[in-house]
Amino acid sequence: MDTALLSVEAVSVVLPTPRGPLKAVDAVDLSLAPGRTLGVVGESGCGKTMLSRAILQLLPKRAKLDGRVMFNGRDLAALQPEALRRLRGPELAVVFQDPMTSLNPVLTIGTQLVETMQAHLGLDSAAAAKRGAELLAEVGIPAPEQRLRQYPHQLSGGMRQRVAIAIALSCEPKLLIADEPTTALDVTVQAQILDLLAREQRRRHMAMIIITHDLGVVAGRTDEVAVMYAGRVVERAPTPQLFAHMRMPYTEALLAAIPKLDAPPHTTLPAIAGRPPDPTRPLPGCSFAPRCRYADDRCQGAKPPLADPERAGALYACWHPL
Amino acid sequence: MAVREVAALDVGVDTSAVTPVRRQRRLGGLFVASVIWIALVGLGAIFAGLLPIPSPTEMDMLGKRALPSAEHWLGNDVLGRDVFSRLIYGGRISLTVGLLAPVIGVTVGGALGMLAGYFRGRFETIVTGGVDVLLAFPPLVFALAVTAYLGQSILNITLVIGILGIPAFTRVARAVTLSLSEREFVTAARALGATHSRILLRELLPNVALPLVAFFLLGVAVTIVVEGALSFLGLGVPPPAPSWGSMIGEGRESLDIAPWLAFLPAIFMFLTVLAFNVIGDTLRALTDPRPGAL
Repeated sequence: MDTALLSVEAVSVVLPTPRGPLKAVDAVDLSLAPGRTLGVVGESGCGKTMLSRAILQLLPKRAKLDGRVMFNGRDLAALQPEALRRLRGPELAVVFQDPMTSLNPVLTIGTQLVETMQAHLGLDSAAAAKRGAELLAEVGIPAPEQRLRQYPHQLSGGMRQRVAIAIALSCEPKLLIADEPTTALDVTVQAQILDLLAREQRRRHMAMIIITHDLGVVAGRTDEVAVMYAGRVVERAPTPQLFAHMRMPYTEALLAAIPKLDAPPHTTLPAIAGRPPDPTRPLPGCSFAPRCRYADDRCQGAKPPLADPERAGALYACWHPL
Repeated sequence: MAVREVAALDVGVDTSAVTPVRRQRRLGGLFVASVIWIALVGLGAIFAGLLPIPSPTEMDMLGKRALPSAEHWLGNDVLGRDVFSRLIYGGRISLTVGLLAPVIGVTVGGALGMLAGYFRGRFETIVTGGVDVLLAFPPLVFALAVTAYLGQSILNITLVIGILGIPAFTRVARAVTLSLSEREFVTAARALGATHSRILLRELLPNVALPLVAFFLLGVAVTIVVEGALSFLGLGVPPPAPSWGSMIGEGRESLDIAPWLAFLPAIFMFLTVLAFNVIGDTLRALTDPRPGAL
């Protein structure tokens, strides 16, 4: 096991709300080696995006971060703003969910792509423009020179996400965080974008975190999966192991909620009943207990720790593993 | 039918990818006429001293309220001064004040509004508080106070109208910046290591500039009217220097016998204001790269 490029140590994020403090991320530990891919899975509101913002230090101003985010031996949470700014782009990059809003509507694709490279890599405008066209070609955009002169609204959603990926890749980051990169896209385009990300990741040997609510997205494309629920990681295992034998009832329920092609028509989709607990009112026991069909008194009373009792390399937080 | 439509769409996309031609937008006769009018008034104002027209202040006591003639194209006013010449020279003041005062408003107000909308916090509280105070201040009293203490001059009038215009620009800039700052492209820029000044100038300013420019041209039109009103009230440029507002004021006294003395400057003002508004609307529609609203 090589040394970790990124290690998230006991990170918690608390957001002040009118209803009281909201613990969006609760003591999360993660680590990621160079060139590896981690999938973070969970339903809406479980803290996936807040975790990614905590890693990038892009939390809302009033949010409070505890714990350490070690990146290449430095704690990002304790870094000066100027030092942090220099890391962004050449070291850390991000692709956002919605390419409709993550590109500036009044600047051309070329301007947005080229200026980033000029600022970070010190290229002159001609070299940056040439590199910009190459990048667009790499992410599969035909006629890149013409596209550079176009505005975001002249491109389709998939094209825009390709441009956003090209911008994120432009400074050769060591870690790319893809925050629901395909959620806003057509199903047919989703696979293309994921394949593109996987291909570029291998080629550049960068580490990548894919954040998604879709277990199907992480299945074939990640080395390790962390399942989040109510701000905590409830199961973490190497991807093949997770899908071969999932321990956490929540993961099982998530997988069951994916529609299956071979199911007969009009089969009821086994959705997870109920809603995640109110994050401003933490439960004393397991957060998933109210929705879990295996829950008993012990689950209601005490929070199970994230541990690996079988020493099999798979961590889970459950009193009654499957 | 559906298949044919899809095929047609595909062809459209392909050609636009190879040759991204900007769709030609028709400018329209009204826009051309507006540009010509502003150019004429502007050139006349700049080169008024070189034009072969009579002096705007020279009085001809025998030719009071004279009708148009070869010598005096639009006749004479109450004091026998050439009306055409006074309209040209009056345009000088109207355009100077009308263009410079909104420049003060758009630079100061735009900068304050963008900073307040971007950084929020205590700075925003102070700015919005200051803007509210300025808005609550009676503009006429302010103009009266300034001209009474500092004297009536083009500079003072420009400053007064300019400062009074700051709150409106601040509010527009702040409101636009507030909504844009929440957009992901600002977060994306930060995630790529952009500095605050870079985000403000390169990411936000081009977005804020569009509504501000449209509002600026509206401001030019309003300022010309306000300057006219101040001159009409005798708070503008001191006589005998002509201004469209003061000409309307002087013409008011002979509305019954020579109504054109008040109506001619009024028509000039009307056409100029209209032209600025038409140009502003057309320019906004032309320069906005977004299709319609966002």
